[in-house]
Amino acid sequence: MFLRLLYESFRRQKRRKLLAGVAIMLGVGVATAMIAVATDIGDKISRELRTYGANLIVTPQEDSLDVEIGGVNLKPPSDGAYLSEADLPKIKGMFWRNNIVGFSPMLPVPVTAGTQQNLTLVGTYFARHVLFGPQDFVTGVRTTHPWWKVQGEWPDDNSSDVLLGDRLAARLGRTPGQEIEIAGQLRRIAGVVSTGGVEDDQIVAPLPLAQQILGKPGAVRRVYVSAVTKPEDAFARRDPRSMSPEMYDRWYCSPYAQSIAFQLQEAIPHSHAEQIRQVAQNEGTVLSRIQGLMLLITLASLLASALAVSASMATAVIERRSEVGLMKALGAGNLAVAVLFFAEATLLALFAGAVGFTGGALLARQIGQSIFDSQITIQPVLLPVILTVAVLVTFAGSAAAIRRAVKFDPVYALRGDA
Amino acid sequence: MIVHNMISRVAQRRAAAPHTSMFFRMMVRAAVLRRGRAISALLAMIVAAAVATAMLNLYVDVQAKLRREFRRYGANVVVLAKAGRALPGGALARIRSASGSGGIAVPFAYAVARTSDGHSVVVAGTDLEQVQKLNGSWWAVSAWPKASHDALVGNRAAGVVGTSGQPFELSFQGRTVRLNPVGTLRTGAAEDSRVYISLADFTEWTGVPYSTVEISAAGSTEEIQAVIDRLGQLLPAADVHPIRQVTEAEANVLGKMRSTLLVAAILIILTAAVCVLSTLTGWVSDRRRDFALMKALGASGRMLQGFFAAEAAALGAIGAMFGFAVGVGAAVWIGRANFHTPVTPRFSVLPAVLLGGIAIALIAAILPISLLRRVQPATILRGE
Repeated sequence: MFLRLLYESFRRQKRRKLLAGVAIMLGVGVATAMIAVATDIGDKISRELRTYGANLIVTPQEDSLDVEIGGVNLKPPSDGAYLSEADLPKIKGMFWRNNIVGFSPMLPVPVTAGTQQNLTLVGTYFARHVLFGPQDFVTGVRTTHPWWKVQGEWPDDNSSDVLLGDRLAARLGRTPGQEIEIAGQLRRIAGVVSTGGVEDDQIVAPLPLAQQILGKPGAVRRVYVSAVTKPEDAFARRDPRSMSPEMYDRWYCSPYAQSIAFQLQEAIPHSHAEQIRQVAQNEGTVLSRIQGLMLLITLASLLASALAVSASMATAVIERRSEVGLMKALGAGNLAVAVLFFAEATLLALFAGAVGFTGGALLARQIGQSIFDSQITIQPVLLPVILTVAVLVTFAGSAAAIRRAVKFDPVYALRGDA
Repeated sequence: MIVHNMISRVAQRRAAAPHTSMFFRMMVRAAVLRRGRAISALLAMIVAAAVATAMLNLYVDVQAKLRREFRRYGANVVVLAKAGRALPGGALARIRSASGSGGIAVPFAYAVARTSDGHSVVVAGTDLEQVQKLNGSWWAVSAWPKASHDALVGNRAAGVVGTSGQPFELSFQGRTVRLNPVGTLRTGAAEDSRVYISLADFTEWTGVPYSTVEISAAGSTEEIQAVIDRLGQLLPAADVHPIRQVTEAEANVLGKMRSTLLVAAILIILTAAVCVLSTLTGWVSDRRRDFALMKALGASGRMLQGFFAAEAAALGAIGAMFGFAVGVGAAVWIGRANFHTPVTPRFSVLPAVLLGGIAIALIAAILPISLLRRVQPATILRGE
């Protein structure tokens, strides 16, 4: 009898059930989408913060002091140690290799270009294919210095074309496509680069060209690394050598800027790696503000969803007061009526909740695609959690209404005085 | 015939006269007599309006808040003397006035000096207090110099000038100066290789004027561009440009956050609207009998719709205003809790919330009423 009542209730009152169901679907859908976005936003904004450029720098261990003003290096070229270019692909062999967005080696060399003396030519990667084992990836300044803009074209990494900084090009009166004499040989100017920094007065060239001019094949002065890191806390700043093995494992396996720098030093022999504080320090603050904001907004959305679901359930029950009165007049006890309503609510919440969850997951994916150009994935474990919460909220919403409905005198129901 | 004319004329006069006092009396009594339902409908409206206001307030204000966080990255505009020349005298004062109230402008002067054992080191003269304001979040400084001839030594330069904390001598073009290393500096960039002293000490010792001014300009992208244009006009002999690494990345992240917040705001407001709709629909369908009674007493369809629409609009308006007040309070609290500065209440949001509240209340009321219009009053009064 109970099951028949349940079934008939759904079959006959489709419109009312539909309205309540739509409210539950919307509430669950919005809650799911907001939870998915809030849990993923830290990672997404972390990747967007990589447009600030490299946050780690690797230098030779025995490096001597830089004597440089405005990009012009006044140190004799023979001074100072070098890293080996052949060691660089090992960066992709580290534990945190998937957090490394890109790296760019730099080799500044003093040159004369035509009549200009005391110019600096910086050798680097533009978009170079690097092989490590089976992996093939592309890295270079186009990844680590995304604010560099080139008028003309980027030089090929295996060519001897160069880029002129825009202030230098203006001074020399050169445009892309022309040639310039560097260290006694004519080189083609592939483009003019504008960076807003010291490179505007320099020549930027592929690394092999710089190594050839310097006479040191395979040499690299420093490496800029752009990595996705976790905001720093007190644990991150501790000295790894003073930690117990379990704490060391935990530190090593967290993507702090310090632990990634530590691993870079392990991967590249005779190197010293540290964070570029201007980029690394501030991204932690910005990230924690954004995550805090998203958390509060998600809580607000969960509250709004819960209110929407309970309001619609309460309305749906109140509308059926006369039905309740009728059932009681026929002899049903309060408990039986309550159980029937709760059963209806559970079924509605489960079906509408499941549909809402799918809708929310699709919405989250759409948000990820259109705003961040990447996937926002939903953990499957979220489905039972959300369904349970939906059922609980539906109960809570209908409970007060059901209690009021069962107190309603059946006489009024039979008289039609709802 | 005459009686018929009289009755029809009376009826016409009656129909033409305004029914305002009865109208308002019915509306007020409706709310008073069914307090419970009216209050729950009002509460739903207040909560929805509060949520909508808080979200809209945040959307408008968060950009300003996040921009302040981004200012920690330091300078976003730089003024450089053209090669071989110096900045004109008084340039710093002019730059400071042009960069506006929230801006920080810091001069830098550089020279290559020699230590007593012949090593070269770059020395920079600057306004150390202003540098602390500009870059304090990422310059890791053990102690800032305060007195004259105090120096801040980069942690790589310390290897060259001596780390023991003893005063050291530097010479530049034959002139020597004795400096006290008060603190060390660590940034991971070019600053680690330099020695920083106050601009007054630097100019007194070397006579080299400052060649660079780094500026942190506050405000939106357009405001920063306006500062750059103003500076370009003030100092035609200098090179003024934005530090694109900072400005472009900031614009990128802010743009993404803005889109995300907009989507979140729309979703949340939609959900709140559904909450209000379901509560109000229940309240209106509760009034079926009032509706049927009025119709049976002779009210026209249009008057009934007008009456219920006015009730719903009043509910919407009152709920929206209270909700606005609560929402502004919530937004201020969120601002304090997350950003540690209160969010300024944006009263420009009030019209939107008010209109939205009234619109939703009207939608919730009109739909059931227009459905009920077709039903005979007798059916409703009978209880079906």
